[in-house]
Order: sequence, then structure tokens, then C-alpha cells
Amino acid sequence: MNSAYLHIDHVTMNFPTPTGEFCALDDVNFVINKGEYISIIGHSGCGKSTVLNIIAGLLEASQGGIVLESKQIDGPGPERAVVFQNHSLMPWLSVYENVAIAVRRVFKGKKTRKEMHEWILHNLNLVHMDHALDKLPSEISGGMKQRVGIARALAMEPKVLLMDEPFGALDALTRSHMQESLMDIQEKLNNTIVMITHDVDEAVLLSDKIIMMSNGPAADIGQVLEIDLPRPRNRVRLANNPTYNHYRQEVLSFLYERQSNPLSKKSETDEGMSEKNDVSDEAGVVESDTLATDNVTQLSPIDNSGKAA
Amino acid sequence: MALLSLPFTQQGTKINFQDGFKQLMIPITAMVLFLFAWELSASQIKTSLGLVPGPIEVSKQFGNLVTEHYEERSKADAFYERQVKRNAKKLAKNPNAKVKIRNYTGKPTFFDQILTSLVTVFFGFLVATIIAVPIGIISGLSQNFYTAINPIIQIFKPISPLAWLPIVTIIVSAVYVSNDPTFSKSFIISALTVTLCCMWPTMINTAVGVASVDKDLINVSKVLQLSSFTKVWKIVLPSAIPMIFTGLRLSIGIGWMVLIAAEMLAQNPGLGKFVWDEFQNGSSNSLGRIMVAVLAIGIIGFVLDYLMLTLQRYISWDKNAVLR
Repeated sequence: MNSAYLHIDHVTMNFPTPTGEFCALDDVNFVINKGEYISIIGHSGCGKSTVLNIIAGLLEASQGGIVLESKQIDGPGPERAVVFQNHSLMPWLSVYENVAIAVRRVFKGKKTRKEMHEWILHNLNLVHMDHALDKLPSEISGGMKQRVGIARALAMEPKVLLMDEPFGALDALTRSHMQESLMDIQEKLNNTIVMITHDVDEAVLLSDKIIMMSNGPAADIGQVLEIDLPRPRNRVRLANNPTYNHYRQEVLSFLYERQSNPLSKKSETDEGMSEKNDVSDEAGVVESDTLATDNVTQLSPIDNSGKAA
Repeated sequence: MALLSLPFTQQGTKINFQDGFKQLMIPITAMVLFLFAWELSASQIKTSLGLVPGPIEVSKQFGNLVTEHYEERSKADAFYERQVKRNAKKLAKNPNAKVKIRNYTGKPTFFDQILTSLVTVFFGFLVATIIAVPIGIISGLSQNFYTAINPIIQIFKPISPLAWLPIVTIIVSAVYVSNDPTFSKSFIISALTVTLCCMWPTMINTAVGVASVDKDLINVSKVLQLSSFTKVWKIVLPSAIPMIFTGLRLSIGIGWMVLIAAEMLAQNPGLGKFVWDEFQNGSSNSLGRIMVAVLAIGIIGFVLDYLMLTLQRYISWDKNAVLR
């Protein structure tokens, strides 16, 4: 435990409400090694984003704390860069300037003007956005905006890269493109990444370790799943890989059987939610058949429809 | 591709032309109808100064005002020319003679008054902006500061310019004492009254604009650990620009209205004084001349608003925003 790079040390989070304290997280404790890609998965409202915001320093834990490289963190900082769900680019700054504002802040006095310029271009090149340097965020697509958001975070050379449902607002096709780009980048840079997601495929495909969270209030870590798949990983080839499908199914059964969606119980009328229920039913069928490949190929389109909603 | 799109663009411009024609014809028709109704109803009302002037009479009076302006200008030119000649003669007799040019002291024309009013309103508005925007930014950033200053704003906001005027007059008379004043006292009084009345909309709108900056962008600035100045300059101000301009447009509109009232009551030079003088004059032309002034006030108000809108288009980053 001493060798841990990032330690989320027994974090409890209480929010004050008019009706008393609301306990969002109860004693969340895990460690992340250097260069590891961690996904945190759970139903909405389980406190995933709270964990990320505490690591980022945007929220302060009620109890416990975050230790990065044996130092307790105190407030937000560029060494823990965040990629926000809705890109969070300044709409009045061009693609180049959006990255530049971060680079100028982080490398002031460390890089010359020319080096900074090259570093900005290098990072935009990494996410394949070097063709739109002078475009405003309103002039590029959602996926491109998120690419620039990732470039901005990478350009800070963070010790930990935090991503809050980075592809959550994108359509399924763009999302898979982005996941592939991210895997390419990760192969080159080997960053330490913590990603929040609610997408099972995304979690299994990208991560070294999946942290599954129980439902709130007082959410906790339900299960930690090590993903031992060789890299580079290929989505199409993995589709029929029994190990990959086993991991997927582990996550699915955790999410939909042991921790059924708290929202779907309350409102069956919500279309998206009821579709998610269908998925969980299908997942149950798959489990009883113990990983027959036929069933698995059947499952993926159904799962996709659930995501698209 | 170019060939394919050609018929479409042609069609498009045709539609646009038709649209533009319609957009132009509707207001013109309305304007003609309005002038017609004015002419008809005006001739029905008899006042102590004769019939209420219709648009034709008013346009004649406007012509008179233009002629008067040029007459006054040529008088002034003649006055200066005479002085120059006289001085030249004096110097020819005695090279050591002291010569000086006296200022022309004729009465300001309608157009002089417009210029005075415009300078005054711009000055008052500028001072109001310089005060209101920073206070607005601070109260948008700090909830405590806003809580502290809000009751003061709410109390001062509804005060009429006519109520401010006596206070401003007395204070300016006491404080602004100078042997060689750059600005006349009446100018300072009018401008300060404008300032006092028109800074509130800018202040409130700036505060609201600053307070409603996207929380994610604030988070970005926190992660980047931007300095307060960079945060305000790069994140807060650009996102608050539309709201600030809404405030500025309200402010300049109020300022212009306030100025006319202040000039009228305080007899400070400007359009308000022109209206009041004509009212006191009571000739058969007065009503028509007042109407010229009223129309001028309206048109200038419209132009001021349009200028602010143009400035907003120029400064704002969001070139696609629909501004009304």
C-alpha cells in the first residue's frame, strides 16, 4: 500500500441538506498504481462523480483524503487534469487558444514561447485536431470538442488524468472512435487515468481495473475487477473473446442483479430506464447459459440500444 | 458542386429580395399611415398657440431651424472676421498693441443644443459604466458583497432624476469650485444626474451575468489555478458580455431620458432647455419647434441604442447570437 501512486484514503462525503446530513460516500478506499487505467462504474446518483471531484480537489471530503505520490492533495491543481463530460471549452476561444490557456498557465517560465507553441500543436496533433486550430468550439462537432478537451487536459502533463463520463454526451459511433483514439494515446503516454463511466463496454475495453460502486446513499465500492486482457485491444476481435465477455458479464451482473438501478424502481414510465431493465433481463439469461458465444453476439445489439437511449 | 448549387442560390436570393422588400414595405406603410392619422387629428385640436401642427408644419419648422442655424453661424463668422480685421488695423498702427479675440456669445441653435446633450449623455454614461461594471463584477463574484450592496442598489434605483437634481446641484456648486473650469458647472450637474440614474441597470445586469457563468468553466479555472485577474479577464468577462451589454443598452436609454428632464428643470444647456425655452416663448411656431425637438430626441435615442448594439456585435465573441 505504501507503493501506491494515488490513494483514495477512506473517503466519506456528507452533504448538508435542509433535512440533515446526506451521506453520499461511506468510507471509499482504493489505490491506483502509476500508469494504471481505472474505470469507476455505477448507476447514476451513486456518487461516482463525487469521487472524481474529490480526487480533483473540487470537493473536499468530509473524512479521509487523497494522497498522490505520498503527499496529501489540497484543492484543485493542474497535476490532476479533468476532462469534463460536456467538454467545458471556452466558447469564445479558438481550439488553439483553449489549449494554450492551459499550457501558458502550467509551463509559464518552464518553456519558451516557441516550445509552448510546439507543445500545443503536439497535443492537438495527438487527438487529430490540428486541422481546426482557428475554429471556435461552436463550429466543430461534439466529438471534436471532446477531443480538444482531452488535448487540453493532456497538455497539462498531469500526474493523474481524471475523466468524468468523457464520452457520455456523444453518439455511439463517435464514442467508439474516441475510445480507440484514447487507447492509442494511452499506449504512447501511459498516463495514470481515472475514468467515470456508465458504459460497460467502455469500461472493459479501456481499463486495467474496474471499480464498481454500490448504490447511494452511503455508496461504497462493491467490487473491484482486474481486467487482464492484452493490449492493444481491438473491439471487433474481442467481441468473441470469452475472457472479455466474462468480464463484461461480471460487470453487468453486478450492476443489474446485485445493484439494480434505483431509478427504474421509482419511475417505470421513463423510457431510457425501462430499456435498461430489458438489458438487465437479457444479462440474466446470458449468465444462466454460461457464456455461450451465440448468446453473447445476441446480447451486444440489445445492449447498444440501451446505450443509445 | 458549384454548378449544382447555382440554381439554389439564385432562388435563394430571389426569396431574400422578396423578403427584404416585404421587410421594408411593412414599416414604411405603417409610417405613412401614422403620419396621415397625425395630420388629420392634429388639425382638429385648437390650442392657445393655434392649431396643433401636423407633420407638414413640423417639417417646415425643421427647415426654419436649419436656416436659423446657418444664419447664426454666418453671424458668428462675420463677428470673428471683424475682430481679426480690427486687430490687424490696431497692429498696423502700433505693433506693441495688445490684441485679443473675444468669443461669440450668440444664442445656441437647435443643433448646438443637440451636440451639448450628446456630449453630456456620453460623459454621464461613461462615468456610470466605469463605476457600475467593476461593482457589478465584484458583486457577481462575491455573494457577501452582493448581499451587502443589494439593498443600496434597490433603494437608489427607483429614484427619479428630478429628485436627484437639487442635491446634485447643491453639492456640485459647493465642491466644484475652480477659477478656470474645464467643464461648466451645468455640464457637471447634468452629467452626474445622468450617471446617478443610469448606472443601476448596468450594475445589476453585470452582477447577474457574472454570477451565472457556467460552473464547469469555473471548475476549469480552478483546475488550472488561474489567477483572479486571468479568471475574470479570460472566463468571467467574456461569458458575462451579453448581459453587460443588455445593461448598458438599458442604461444609455435611461440616461438619455433623464438628461432631457434634467436639462429642462435645471435650465442647463441642451435639448431639454430648447424645449423649455420654446414652451416659455409661446409663439405660433413654438409647438411645431417643440415637436421637431421631440422627434429629434426619439431618433437620437434610437441611434444611441443602435450604436450600443453595433458595439456589442463588434465586441461579443458570439457572432451568431440574435441581437434585438
